[in-house]
Order: sequence, then structure tokens, then C-alpha cells
Amino acid sequence: MSEHGRLPLAKLLAGLIGPAGPELTCQECFEQLDRYVELELDGQDAEAAVPGMHAHLEGCPACSEDHASLHALLAGEGGASRRTPRG
Amino acid sequence: MHQAPLLLDGRAPDADSLQWVEALSGTGPRHEEAVARLHRLLVRAARFELARRRHALGNGSSAEIDDLATQAAADALMAIKRKLGTYRGESRFTTWAYKFALFEAAVKVRKRAWRERELPLDEDGWALLADRGAAPDADAETSELIDALRRAIADELTPHQREVLIAVALNDVPIDVLADRLSTTRGALYKTLHDARAKLRARLAAEGHMPEAARKGGTQ
Repeated sequence: MSEHGRLPLAKLLAGLIGPAGPELTCQECFEQLDRYVELELDGQDAEAAVPGMHAHLEGCPACSEDHASLHALLAGEGGASRRTPRG
Repeated sequence: MHQAPLLLDGRAPDADSLQWVEALSGTGPRHEEAVARLHRLLVRAARFELARRRHALGNGSSAEIDDLATQAAADALMAIKRKLGTYRGESRFTTWAYKFALFEAAVKVRKRAWRERELPLDEDGWALLADRGAAPDADAETSELIDALRRAIADELTPHQREVLIAVALNDVPIDVLADRLSTTRGALYKTLHDARAKLRARLAAEGHMPEAARKGGTQ
């Protein structure tokens, strides 16, 4: 059974009416996820680079979980060795 | 043969990523060694994901969890080989590869967690919504909003949109589990969910019930 009966109204509404504004599809989200997470971990404006990603992650629980997992995995690997400058 | 990754905004992929692509695109011992090394990384990523979701696996044995990790890594490796030509060097190769393993592991966890469960009935979701509107902490405005939402769900949505919205948003059914049961795809179901939500936002806005945080319209 769901726990929505105890959820704050804002969370309930977010699930029902979704995010405002344009958002990526699940496929587009998957294609951009690696780039988006690296930009986040580099402290860059990931949303500006991948418009609509944030809205999709708010609206899609499964993609949001994928994002959280990749973020956690990379963050756990440490920064310097993972993010050598490209060029 | 893999094409050289495109340069986006003038940047080349880092040297390590280029080595991965070259080795995986080639043949011989260097290719085999790269595939084996990649497989080890994918198993590690899959195990990481399964550990994060340990609670969803209930009483799954260590052997069963190892088997899930092995399956997820194998499926991820196949997907990576198939899609290697789409890698553009926009992230490090290992980051690009990890997402396949995490995705495959997450899907397997969700499906396993729901494998012996019936999908909740629409009525369960309706009851939750009604309960939320009638909760002791619900003020008049909240109750009105919930009532408006219930009417909008009943009046505006197709039966399929209603089924998907209630399952995912109210009954917490994972979207890929629902896609599996309905013989469709996660992307197609999310489009259905997106369209349903757009209808609800439009109806709430027309009735003056739109929550402040969601006043902006949007299309996918």
C-alpha cells in the first residue's frame, strides 16, 4: 500500500500534476544523464546545459532514482581522478 | 567499426575514454582485455545499485543478489556494445558505461520486488486521495483542491491515462513494472502520464485551483 495518505500535500500534488515547464522524455533523460551528473559534480550549471532535465527528474520517479544512483556512485569514487580535464 | 567520437563544443574526450572506445571497437587481445575490464566495472556498479536498494530485495539471498548483479552487468555489457557508436565523449566513458549497469540493476530490483504482487486497484488510489482531502490537518483550501483533482481525474482523463496516473502517482507502482504488466515501454507510459498531468493542470488552472508552484504550463 502506498504511503501517500501521510505525505505532505506538495508531494502528493507533485506526483499528480507533475512538474511545470518543458521536460525531457525518459529516453532523452537516459541519453543525457552521464553528462548531466558530471556537470553537477563539477559544480557547473547542469540544467543550463541540459534544459528540461531537472523537470523530468522531478516528474519521473524511476529516472530520478537512476540519477541519484549515478550521482552517488561517481561521488563515491572521488573527484580528481574521475574528472580529469578534457581538451 | 566505431566512428571517431564527435567533438562537441570543440572538446575531445579524455585520453582514457578514447582508449576505452578504441579497444572496445577493435579486435584481438586488447579488445578482449577491455571487455573483461569493462565487465568488472559493470558488475561493481550493479552491486553498488543492489546495495542501495537492499531494502527492496527483502529476504533475497546473497546468491540471488549476486545473480542479479551478474545478469545486470551482462545486459549492460550487451547494451554498451550495441550503442558504442552513439558515445560522443560528452562524459567520461566509464560514467557513460556505469549508467547502463545502474539502469539494468534498478529495473531488475523493481521487477523482483513486484514479481509476486498484484497491481493495486484504482480504488486504492481513489481512497488515498479521499483520505488526504479529509485528513484532520487538511484546511478548506486543501479539501477543495483535492476535490477538484478528483473531479478532473474522473472527467478529463481517458481510462488508460487514469489507470497510469493512479498506479504511478498514487499507488507507487514503478513505471517500468507497470510498463511490463501492460506490455508497453517506460517511455510510452511516461508520455501518457505527462499528457494526463497536463490535462489536470489545465483543468485546475481553469477552475482557479492551480497550486502556486505549478502555475507555469509546459509541454514535453
